[in-house]
Amino acid sequence: MSTMSIVAPGRAQKRGTATGGRAARESGISRTAAMLIMAVFTVYFLLPLWWLLVASSKETGDILTTAPLWFADFHLLDNIAELFTYRDGIYLRWLLNSVLYAALGGAIATLLAAMAGYALAKYRFPGRDLMFDIVLGGVLVPATALALPLFLIFSQAQLTNTFWSVFLPSIVSPFGVYLARIFASSSVPDELLEASRLDGAGEIRTFFTVSIRLMTPALVTMFLFQFVAIWNNFFLPMIMLRSEELFPVVFGLYNWNNQLNQLPELRGLVLIGALLSVIPLIVTFLLLQRFWRNGLGAGALK
Amino acid sequence: MHSKKKAAAVIAISAFALAGCSAGGGDSTGGDAAAACTPADGDVTLEFTSWIPGIEDVVKIWNDANPEIQVKVQTGPNGNGGTYQNFFNQIKAGDAPDLGQIEYDALPNFLVQDGVEDLSACEDVVAAEDQFVDWAWGQVTLGTDSVYGIPQDTGPMALFYRADLFEQNGIAIPTTWDEYREAAVKIRELGGYITNFSQSDINQFAGFAWQDGAQWFSSDDAGWTVTLDDDATTTVAEFWQGMLDDDLVATVPAWTDEWNNAYNSGEVWTWNSAVWGANSISSGAPDTAGNWAVAPLPQWEAGATAAGNWGGSSTAVLKGSEHVYEATKFALWLNTSDEALTALAEAANLYPATTDGLTLPVYAEGVDFYGGQKIYDVFAEAATQVSPDFAWGPTMTQTYADVSDGFKAAVSGSGTLLDAIEKGQTSTVDALKAASIPVAE
Repeated sequence: MSTMSIVAPGRAQKRGTATGGRAARESGISRTAAMLIMAVFTVYFLLPLWWLLVASSKETGDILTTAPLWFADFHLLDNIAELFTYRDGIYLRWLLNSVLYAALGGAIATLLAAMAGYALAKYRFPGRDLMFDIVLGGVLVPATALALPLFLIFSQAQLTNTFWSVFLPSIVSPFGVYLARIFASSSVPDELLEASRLDGAGEIRTFFTVSIRLMTPALVTMFLFQFVAIWNNFFLPMIMLRSEELFPVVFGLYNWNNQLNQLPELRGLVLIGALLSVIPLIVTFLLLQRFWRNGLGAGALK
Repeated sequence: MHSKKKAAAVIAISAFALAGCSAGGGDSTGGDAAAACTPADGDVTLEFTSWIPGIEDVVKIWNDANPEIQVKVQTGPNGNGGTYQNFFNQIKAGDAPDLGQIEYDALPNFLVQDGVEDLSACEDVVAAEDQFVDWAWGQVTLGTDSVYGIPQDTGPMALFYRADLFEQNGIAIPTTWDEYREAAVKIRELGGYITNFSQSDINQFAGFAWQDGAQWFSSDDAGWTVTLDDDATTTVAEFWQGMLDDDLVATVPAWTDEWNNAYNSGEVWTWNSAVWGANSISSGAPDTAGNWAVAPLPQWEAGATAAGNWGGSSTAVLKGSEHVYEATKFALWLNTSDEALTALAEAANLYPATTDGLTLPVYAEGVDFYGGQKIYDVFAEAATQVSPDFAWGPTMTQTYADVSDGFKAAVSGSGTLLDAIEKGQTSTVDALKAASIPVAE
């Protein structure tokens, strides 16, 4: 998604300053053109968010009857208060569920995938390549194809409609294993591992104190991917969950949206709920961005 | 050391694999016998899945009064938004809830896939037949001696119209479809539209056909007979095609902001809709409060009294339930008792399927949005005028989708509504055959 855009501006800057002179005149026109195109796309992507912000600040009755792209009476704080108290704060419960599924699940998924990828990259054992090919095959299978078989398995274990029914499938990340393997083999030098073995450190200790620090940008990437994937995962909660208290926020909002015709007050609540649910994602990305950028550059200098 | 670890790993993996293999059994034999209806010893906890907003409060009333039969309510999206698929998955896995909300047009699908229990062994259920309007009972018995669910709510149709606009412009309220068409011409000259033709609400169109006496599906021992294109439906399709051809109706996609605005701005003057539509108008067109009124649906012959139906659900006992007796006891309370029906009306504006329910106090008051008119009197009468001869088929989702595609094409000018119905007819027969459902030729 937005991962590529962070890399591009850095590179463009380096190229611009390296040549200079004649290149400066040419890059003036091409830079303006590039800026224009990026501005158009920025408006395209941000317009729905702007509409969401504007619509969330209106009273329910005003949403359909006033101009969509500008504010009417400003009711944002009232709407937020109404959202948090609706049905004893079920929305806050959903937000908490999503954060638990996504943050906790993403963290554990990152750890497991990092360990698996590291083992595949750094150790030799029979069946290593076969195992990696199978994991790679797992990347190709879409999550929706797995949801129904997972449901049947969890039914037999009497685990459907529990926290674990969404949490356990979320801690598996074949794409993370792939990323971790690539990064481990490129950024963790074998000499360093040998040195730590000579110093008497066990494999586990080496992994946690040396290798993880070197693999940080990959870990952040894996965590962000898994976080967003779990946060947006729709089909799994729909199939597994029946109790409202266990819903993630995306699924809860979908439920409300389906009841709009019978409960018109939900129209405003769905919008303000959608606006607030974007915030944890934005916060996560902003906080973790600096780990990412530092690490990407570090690998290139070698 | 290595070999010990290896051995342990092999044993663990093979244990998992064997566990997966052994658990495949337990398929239901799909018997046609009615489910045994015997009370259990001791306390029972039932599971009930429904998407009625506010159902938890209604169930709480039961739970407080019945400590020995407790009901655990699960909510979720509406049937076609995922809950029906969940029901089928859960029936397959053997842990379906005891009770599920199933709309009338989805019940034949569940029946054909052996997803609901036959309740005819329960005396209370059989005795309850007289409490319901006869066509609603027909929707859950599907022409057999078995009972597959308890009717919960209905959607009798009537004409919602802008009383102020009709009066201001001296146009009489239409009582027949011919008068409706004449009024449409006059309204078009004034710059408005008499109504919006929905390309996707095929069950609304079914309600119109139902009013005219159409019979789309029927089943007997030889199999299903599909007649989407019978004379009654042809008449209805040609009427609306005429309205489309002469640009007498708006064709905005229904249930969108655009559609709400068409009513809110006064561009569209009427809506032929079910009782639950009262809420849709008041929430989607708030600026027009106080200007609406309700009249009976226009008739095909002057003086006739036939109504159509749009929507409605039943409460069914899903296959595999171990407490059929207690489940039917709760379902009957939910759908026939005054306190439950009043609570359902207040929570979700559900219109009851019982004849007594039509005269509940909650429906006796005038509604401000409709100029203080006692709109439910019109619907109570319509509820008794729906024909009991209309039945749904086992693949309505696919039928709706195919006919809707044809309607969309007709609205944009390629083909007619009747072509769409014909296409729906052929594709439904094909779908039944593809699913190995017998089709009587």
